[in-house]
Amino acid sequence: MTWLWFNKLASPPHFYRIAGRWIPWLAWPAALLGIIGVVWGLAVAPGDYQQGEGYRIIYVHAPSAWLSTFTYTAMAVTAAIGLIWRMNVAHAVSASCATLGASFTFVALATGSLWGKPMWGTWWEWDPRLTSELLLLFLYLGYLGLRGAIEEQSRSDRVCALLAIVGVVNVPIIYYSVEWWNSLHQAPSVMKFGKSSMPASMLTPLLIMFASGTLFAAALVLVRARGEVLRRERAGNWIAAAIGANATASGREGE
Amino acid sequence: MSGFLTWLSMGKYAAYVWPSFGLTLLVVVLNIHWARRSFREAQALARRRLAMRRSES
Amino acid sequence: MTSPPSLGSLARLQMARDLRLALRRGGEWLQPLLFFLVITTLFPLTFDPQLSRLRDVAPAALWVSALLSSLLALELLFRDDAQDGTLEQMAVSGAPLAWLLLAKTAVHWLLTGVPLVLVAPVVAGALGAPYATIPALLAPLVLGSITLSLIGAIGAALTLGLRRGGVLLGLLTLPLTVPVMIFGARASALAIAGQPFVGPMYLLGAVAALALALAPIAVAAAVRINVE
Repeated sequence: MTWLWFNKLASPPHFYRIAGRWIPWLAWPAALLGIIGVVWGLAVAPGDYQQGEGYRIIYVHAPSAWLSTFTYTAMAVTAAIGLIWRMNVAHAVSASCATLGASFTFVALATGSLWGKPMWGTWWEWDPRLTSELLLLFLYLGYLGLRGAIEEQSRSDRVCALLAIVGVVNVPIIYYSVEWWNSLHQAPSVMKFGKSSMPASMLTPLLIMFASGTLFAAALVLVRARGEVLRRERAGNWIAAAIGANATASGREGE
Repeated sequence: MSGFLTWLSMGKYAAYVWPSFGLTLLVVVLNIHWARRSFREAQALARRRLAMRRSES
Repeated sequence: MTSPPSLGSLARLQMARDLRLALRRGGEWLQPLLFFLVITTLFPLTFDPQLSRLRDVAPAALWVSALLSSLLALELLFRDDAQDGTLEQMAVSGAPLAWLLLAKTAVHWLLTGVPLVLVAPVVAGALGAPYATIPALLAPLVLGSITLSLIGAIGAALTLGLRRGGVLLGLLTLPLTVPVMIFGARASALAIAGQPFVGPMYLLGAVAALALALAPIAVAAAVRINVE
């Protein structure tokens, strides 16, 4: 049963259509949850005992960090699927993850820095979380560089897929080595805002933001992926119907 | 009104909290824009290819 | 019907050929080593010439210089064979490509890593490491240089044939080398301080083993994609 569904999605016209239907169902809930989460996090949730109102940055920092790793993993998994089953659709989805993932890695770094300045006094510390995020950003930028450097689509897909897989295998090792290194030198670590220690009034908006971010990422990846699928299809009678039928099937997403 | 201003000041962390949320919103909007533009460009490319194939046949 | 060549003879033939070709070009194989020496010289020039202070920076200087000189030599790993079609022949020959490429990587290490390890004691001494601790420095460098060659080979295979692949090669490879650099530099730092460094050595060994097992597969896959 699931295999049938998987095979269907592998077909470009099916994916194009189905993704087109899913996008609004992902985008609008993402927007709604995002608004609820932001309002709750900024206005309704109580201030923190130690960090006052400043901790609220977590409501954008943590989801961004989550998105940065989640997107990289998704990029690598779809890349592996594309390589193993020679599926253009999978490569299309994989390619669609990179810019989004890199953007949110950058946001995680910037908001982390903005959080750090009032809390520990400097704009930057070699905190294990921030250092790992920085390395993840380099991994993304390398991927994007490789994408841009190879012109032929099929070669570009497969080489970048390999890079994504090599990267994802390395990410836990890199995280571990950075944690290990950090524990030796006891550099300050500010983001010790343990989820277990947060009361529900603070935790719930955070979870809402996580959900919003994930749905948003899924929606945007599908928007891009539909285009990427079009790029990879040289022939195919379905294309005429697809692009004639609805010119902007991407819908209106917003925050 | 003063309650609103107090909230805006974010307990003197305003200079950090608001740019954080603002940057995040900016990146969200940019990504929406880039994704939709990428899709539109792919559609235009597909249309051009279709037109070329039709003119050849 | 002759039996197919054994893995051992394949490796020997491949390595012998690559070594001969590399050495045929005169002193070119020495360039990464010179690069290593020049970069390490930059550390006292940009920091502090006092040996007592340099000692603190010595592990970092050794490892960063080793990494950069290894990177420099990487581009040459596949370039010539890619250009004249040899890599393509290797890919369709029916012999295990990963094994052949591992043999090529071994030659890269022999020409880049080994000279570096041999010269490292002199450099370490020049950077203020106490002479008694210098022999202990060699073990982390041996393991680390092997791993750097293996990881670098992945980057070289991915960027095969790209016009300005050199910079991209560095950008791709550097984040992947972070674990090696962290564990290796830590092991060297402990060694220089005369303390036991078994812990980081185990970690370094684990990363090296993982690289030895997985990197050749990735390298072969990347080469196949790029030469077909």
